[in-house]
Amino acid sequence: MSNDSTAYDEMLKGLWRDNPVFVQVLGMCPMLAVTNSAINAVVMGIATFFVLVGSSFLVSAFKQWIPKQVRISLYIVIIATFVTVVDYSLLATLPAIHKQLGAFIPLIVVNCMILGRQEAFASKNTVKFAVMDAVGMASGFMIALLALGSVREILGSGSIFGFDLFGANFEPWVIMVLPPGGFLTLGLLLLFFNWVTERRKQFIVKVAELEQLSAEEASNNG
Amino acid sequence: MDNLIWIFISTLLVNNFVLAYFLGLCPFLGVSGQLETSFRLGMATTFVMVVTALCAWILNTYVLIYAPYLRLISFIVVIASTVQFIEMSIKKLSPGLFKSLGIFLPLITTNCAILGLAIFATNRGYNLIEGLVFALGAGAGFTLAMVLMAGIREETELMNVPALIRGTAFNLIIAGILSMAFMGFAGLFSAS
Repeated sequence: MSNDSTAYDEMLKGLWRDNPVFVQVLGMCPMLAVTNSAINAVVMGIATFFVLVGSSFLVSAFKQWIPKQVRISLYIVIIATFVTVVDYSLLATLPAIHKQLGAFIPLIVVNCMILGRQEAFASKNTVKFAVMDAVGMASGFMIALLALGSVREILGSGSIFGFDLFGANFEPWVIMVLPPGGFLTLGLLLLFFNWVTERRKQFIVKVAELEQLSAEEASNNG
Repeated sequence: MDNLIWIFISTLLVNNFVLAYFLGLCPFLGVSGQLETSFRLGMATTFVMVVTALCAWILNTYVLIYAPYLRLISFIVVIASTVQFIEMSIKKLSPGLFKSLGIFLPLITTNCAILGLAIFATNRGYNLIEGLVFALGAGAGFTLAMVLMAGIREETELMNVPALIRGTAFNLIIAGILSMAFMGFAGLFSAS
């Protein structure tokens, strides 16, 4: 039972505490390049999810047989295989979106977040933990993609998932769907994330102080 | 000849790999603390790019027409071995530079700018010369963005910036403004 709860923890940490984008600042390139609309962000998130979970599974299952010296190249080849699978399946099922994402689907190979998880986690843990960790990290990545994608689409085109939000009088803020908007939005989101973390830290410190005070009072009274 | 100049200028300025295509952001945000280091990393990356463009052309012409689904895997293997080679030679020739680049040298392998270059060159059907010029332009553009960023970061190092903003958020906002400035180059070709 306790084993299950730690595996669950491994999954949860990717969502917020160790979020790959907001905390570790990994995988920025696909993050910024495909998030000019929410639907692109979702497809990219699903593709990354599949690649990360698949390669974490393989790497952790075969970790005894992977020699230390060539591990990085092997990881890359495993990742590249999964990306090829994703690339061809997307081409077959969603050709329009595949065309929009263009070169960025093959570029999942060099998403440093995926290689980072193999090196830092999957190669040292059992299959179960590695898969849970991959699911959490990929979901965290997807949340970040979606957050960025929706902000940019709402501000830049006045719509979300293609649905018009503001009516005809809305003047789209075009810069948000262009490259500079990506940098600015991600910068501001990171700023917001820092602010929340900082506030939480202050809150925890304050609670600890109050507890100490009341404990002292209790001991004085006693 | 006009075509080659066009490819070079457009990848250098208008379609700058870092600021317009978001390729190679990890070193762009990670190593751009010092002017000297970022210039040298830019040079190393340019070299890898040119070698990759050459190898990609050879692979595309002689091997991959028979097995297109191996494209991604073969590209990445070529890039990884080139980077390994460069790592060994820099370690031998200039240990100081090797130390200052640190982890970011092997990470050139996972620099999306390089794989992106190979894929873009393939998708656009460049021939050998065009591919090499494209690689040079992309490398120069990457170096330019790195050096500009490093210069700005060195200048802002001593400024009074709120602690909360310092770090990646601040760099991203600078990058956004730089990217906006580079958008101005988009009119360079349509005007003439």
